[in-house]
Amino acid sequence: MYWNEEIETIDRSNLKKLQLKRLQGTVRILYEKVPFYQNKFKELGITPEDIKSLDDVRKLPFTTREDLRDNYPYGLLAVSRDKIVRLHTSSGTTGKPKAIFFSKNDINQSAELIARCLIMTGVTKDDVLQNMMTYGLFTGALVMHYGAEKVGILVIPAGPGNTERQIALMQDFGSTCLHLTPSYALYLSEVMESKGIKPKRDLSLKRAYLGAEPYSEETRKKLESMFEIDIYNSYGLSEMNGPGVAFECICKNGMHIWEDNFLVEILDPSSDEPVKEGQEGELVLTTLCREGMPLLRYRTKDITKVISGDCPCGRTHRRISRILGRVDDMFIVRGVNIFPQQIERVLMSIKGVAQNYQILLESYDKLSVKVEIEQDFFDGSIEHLLNLKTKITEKLKSEILVTPKVELVEPGTLPISEGKLNRVIDKRTL
Amino acid sequence: MKIKQISVFLENKRGRLLEATEALAKSGINIRALSIADTSEFGILRLIVADSEQAKHILEKNNFAVRENDVLAVAIPDVPGGLASVLKILNDKGLNVEYIYAFVQRSGEKAIVVLKVENLDLGIEALVERGVVLLTSKDIEQL
Ligand SMILES: [Zn+2]
Repeated sequence: MYWNEEIETIDRSNLKKLQLKRLQGTVRILYEKVPFYQNKFKELGITPEDIKSLDDVRKLPFTTREDLRDNYPYGLLAVSRDKIVRLHTSSGTTGKPKAIFFSKNDINQSAELIARCLIMTGVTKDDVLQNMMTYGLFTGALVMHYGAEKVGILVIPAGPGNTERQIALMQDFGSTCLHLTPSYALYLSEVMESKGIKPKRDLSLKRAYLGAEPYSEETRKKLESMFEIDIYNSYGLSEMNGPGVAFECICKNGMHIWEDNFLVEILDPSSDEPVKEGQEGELVLTTLCREGMPLLRYRTKDITKVISGDCPCGRTHRRISRILGRVDDMFIVRGVNIFPQQIERVLMSIKGVAQNYQILLESYDKLSVKVEIEQDFFDGSIEHLLNLKTKITEKLKSEILVTPKVELVEPGTLPISEGKLNRVIDKRTL
Repeated sequence: MKIKQISVFLENKRGRLLEATEALAKSGINIRALSIADTSEFGILRLIVADSEQAKHILEKNNFAVRENDVLAVAIPDVPGGLASVLKILNDKGLNVEYIYAFVQRSGEKAIVVLKVENLDLGIEALVERGVVLLTSKDIEQL
């Protein structure tokens, strides 16, 4: 089932033609209307006429989070204020937030993308979506809400929190789809378990859409078995309309990114050069259909890779992997870019390894990883511990291409990490 | 015939051995036999105590990774070649001894050693057949 079969299964060469036409249009508008981009074009010595092919996107300037802040609040508008109907913001850790504006057409377009996403996972008009994201300045809930309404399904605007009421809503209205963050999903499953609620027996859930936070494939599997539903990855960011930028189809093997709306580049964050197809890099997006606030080459800081090959679902829009990390978390050892999430993925796939680990950087050519062993793994045998250590070392080496020094530590002795960054201790000085 | 041994994972952190033994001492647990197997990075402390259940509980409460398993304890005549004769019995049967360590003895004419044999049951059989005295958990409690 498709929402918009013609565009979702568009032939790649036609898609590229469409992308080029839209890119040229976007560039022209920004050149004419937005002083920030006018100045950038002037600095680079380019005009819209220089964009003759899709590869020419590389001549265009990047847009960063800082640019959005510097031009807060109205600096990046490409239409007059009266054309704008909605504001969303994206909070930063420090200072001013980023303001994102939607015209009426932008609202429609983002709803169109969500409609494609929902239908892609098998939704029909009979479904009931319980939207458990935050309604407000954050794009997560509203964009999904409008898209679901466009499909014609019943939306319960529950918002997050008040878990008992959430469960009651599911029971009373027979919610079939949930939209929530992975951490809330984990919490919800614990509450259900403690209340003796068996999803399959007591609820009508079929699927859930998880987004807004990174989470691992292991967590997905765990949640799928706890709720006995299908869980689909959703990727989006406020700067690019919010959710619906990329979404998984029923094949659950990567997220189709809507290339008629976004021009996708995956760049090596240290050189800004495109990576080879299939390799990891920073996702850089150019809006192709946005009216209110088009952005050129926006640096998402999210690390992903293109999953090559055709998808059995028939959609021709390429798939990207779940977000593998953030550029800001990246560190370099022996000239190799390494993301903490790569290390986490490897560690979590090895039996005997507990949840906690720590990455220590003491010099530019040495990487140490402290790994807590699982209580049950310890059976008194030195040999088993040494084997585990060797296994961790070898698996890490094949993933990150640097041989780490692996140290096994007692369960429960490493500090419990609240954010990913706490896992990395960088003692190096410049 | 088998006795309980406790193994404790010690990451190579100074003071961890002390913490483990202190935790046991505080609870009045007397260590009868002890050995440390060491690699360059971590160690395993092996203990024989009178009440291994309690010792395990205390160590776990102090966040140690602990495992209980069975070993053999044999009384060996305190004469030259006493230990060798026991090992020969096992060797003749093709039974591998993974490790061995001695008891802390107050007095007595016999030395007591702990043996971790690959196959405990076959080990017991071989030793008993040749008249070697195996200690029971009761014996350990009364030591
Ligand atoms: Zn697909």
